[in-house]
Amino acid sequence: MIYIYDDSFDGFLTVIFDIYDLKIQPADICRERNHQPSLFAEKRTIITDGHKAGRVLSGIKKKLSLHGVHGIYKCWLSEQVGIEMMLFRYISYAIKSKRNIENDFSDSDVLEVSQVVKKINREIHRMHAFVRFQKTRDGVYAATIAPDFDVVTLLAPHFKERYKSQQWFIYDTKRQYGIYYDLSEVVEVKLENAQWQGRNKVSRLVLAEEEKEFELWWKSYFKATSIEERANIKLHLKHVPRRYWRYLPEKV
Amino acid sequence: MKLSINEKLQILADAAKYDVSCASSGSNRKNTNNGLGNTSQMGICHSYTEDGRCVSLLKLLLTNYCIYDCAYCVSRKSNDVPRAAFTVKEVVDLTINFYKRNYIEGLFLSSGIFKNADYTNERLIRIAKLLRTEHNFNGYIHLKIIPGCSEEVMEEAGLYADRLSVNLEIPSERSLKKIAPEKNHSSVYKPMNYLTNRISLYNDEKRKFKYAPRFAPGGQSTQLVIGASPETDFDVLHLANNLYSDQKLRRVYYSGYIPISDDNRLPALKTPPLIRENRLYQADWLMRYYGFEVNEIVNEQHQQLDLTMDPKMSYALRNMHLFPVNINMADREMLLRIPGVGVKSVNMIIKARRFSRLGYEHLKKIGVAMNRAQYFIEVSGRPLNEVASDPDKIKIALAAREKRNQLTLF
Ligand code: SF4
Repeated sequence: MIYIYDDSFDGFLTVIFDIYDLKIQPADICRERNHQPSLFAEKRTIITDGHKAGRVLSGIKKKLSLHGVHGIYKCWLSEQVGIEMMLFRYISYAIKSKRNIENDFSDSDVLEVSQVVKKINREIHRMHAFVRFQKTRDGVYAATIAPDFDVVTLLAPHFKERYKSQQWFIYDTKRQYGIYYDLSEVVEVKLENAQWQGRNKVSRLVLAEEEKEFELWWKSYFKATSIEERANIKLHLKHVPRRYWRYLPEKV
Repeated sequence: MKLSINEKLQILADAAKYDVSCASSGSNRKNTNNGLGNTSQMGICHSYTEDGRCVSLLKLLLTNYCIYDCAYCVSRKSNDVPRAAFTVKEVVDLTINFYKRNYIEGLFLSSGIFKNADYTNERLIRIAKLLRTEHNFNGYIHLKIIPGCSEEVMEEAGLYADRLSVNLEIPSERSLKKIAPEKNHSSVYKPMNYLTNRISLYNDEKRKFKYAPRFAPGGQSTQLVIGASPETDFDVLHLANNLYSDQKLRRVYYSGYIPISDDNRLPALKTPPLIRENRLYQADWLMRYYGFEVNEIVNEQHQQLDLTMDPKMSYALRNMHLFPVNINMADREMLLRIPGVGVKSVNMIIKARRFSRLGYEHLKKIGVAMNRAQYFIEVSGRPLNEVASDPDKIKIALAAREKRNQLTLF
């Protein structure tokens, strides 16, 4: 049986509930938008149900630490092909086991969950580092990003704590939504007809006067702080892979 | 002629870059009173230079005018370079605006010496104070303490900065005298020891009273220049070891001497000793995170680190009687001594073996570098590799691999 759900995490948890309820093993679990119609496989479209999702979640919470529960959500955000089946096996193992299985790295699913979580955490850390704000005419500090994984909402706590007294806005141009902080709380936003410049950058027209100057100074600083005699481009690329360059003024 | 900010940046960032420290970690400052910024315990590198070093802080000299003439330094008085000086306001504005754009974690401010040490340090502190009090800035601040600084001035520095550093630069007094005639080690140790005492005193207070003020919560660090003077790795690492144990330094940085100067007090190097520098950092990690004693890494018989392999591997090859180590039984201390097994892998091994006996395939998946580890481990009483007892054969096998992979730094 192929279980199909909408794009939500609650939808995914509902699938888990229904699998246990129907007692029909999944051949695959996929999101509606990824699903390839096939003639032969039996399929079932699941309707997201907050109550069912909640019950699965509280079941998992009994078996894993908070860290472990959050790990499942992070893995799911990776959007990796086959991640749902892997998580299903992981959750089944957790539920049937008497003790917490988070550290059983000899189990290949447990190991993979820990590795995917590591990847997501690294992406979050990279975004903490590589987000570059530009000040707009109306005083909002705006940034566009295109992360490998769907992590934009996970960035809110860090930036909210750090920039409490400035309005800011971080937009994922790949997934076309973002987060905005209005000096009191962070909200999710989706722009209709967003006008980007160049490769999905904030339009020059809306930027504050002083912006050009600070970018120039930052570039000069970056150049001056390199030591030519030590040049090691390979190492440089390892730390700042090319796909992140687009939004870094010092690399443009 | 008046220099533009852009020109000043070029001169004063260029002159500051030889201090390799750029860490923004180890402090835990919250964003209070709706201010700007906080510090992150593990630090954040916002970019990397083209030589692969982390760019975390805005690293500047307030000025590169200097009354001293240290041979290893670009800013030495006898060197013919363009000179510049920032105003206090310029540094404050750059820091705030770079920070607001998420370019940096904070400021690392140092300076050439104008007039005298106190006069110079007071300027640096004024900037830190303005940032903290007028601008409510809670990002990271690292201030350099100039040797000869008075206690009152240091006391103030510690209240505003996250980290303080006094650089030893040249590892032995004799060499230092030769290359930097105006300096001596005691002028460095005096402020360093003072800071050590203040930091531990404030830490004690902090344990007793929650709201006690903090003094340089990110601790202090120093830098040693490598290859500008004849000291061996034995000298360097023993010195570092003392700095960690006696002065309680958070970090010792090793900076391979870059032949910037044709000053005849210095050796004529063609390229900076980067491999040696890398080996020293590896050895430093072994002391700080792997439980190695400095004598196990370098000693009277082995005064220099082997440039062709990492120091943990050389240690293992000199101590074959300790291996192979049984992955399923050995204690943490011994697991940490296996070449190719890092701290993270050790933690995973210890957790995972509570569930089931681990085999070679598990180790590989966990992230153990089996190409190196294979000679030193066993899973159930049977070592993996036949050459396990012959260090020379292991060396040959490793060298053959190395040749294929070419040497990459770090
Ligand atoms: S005192 Fe500092 S800035 Fe001046 S020459 Fe010596 S190392 Fe350079």
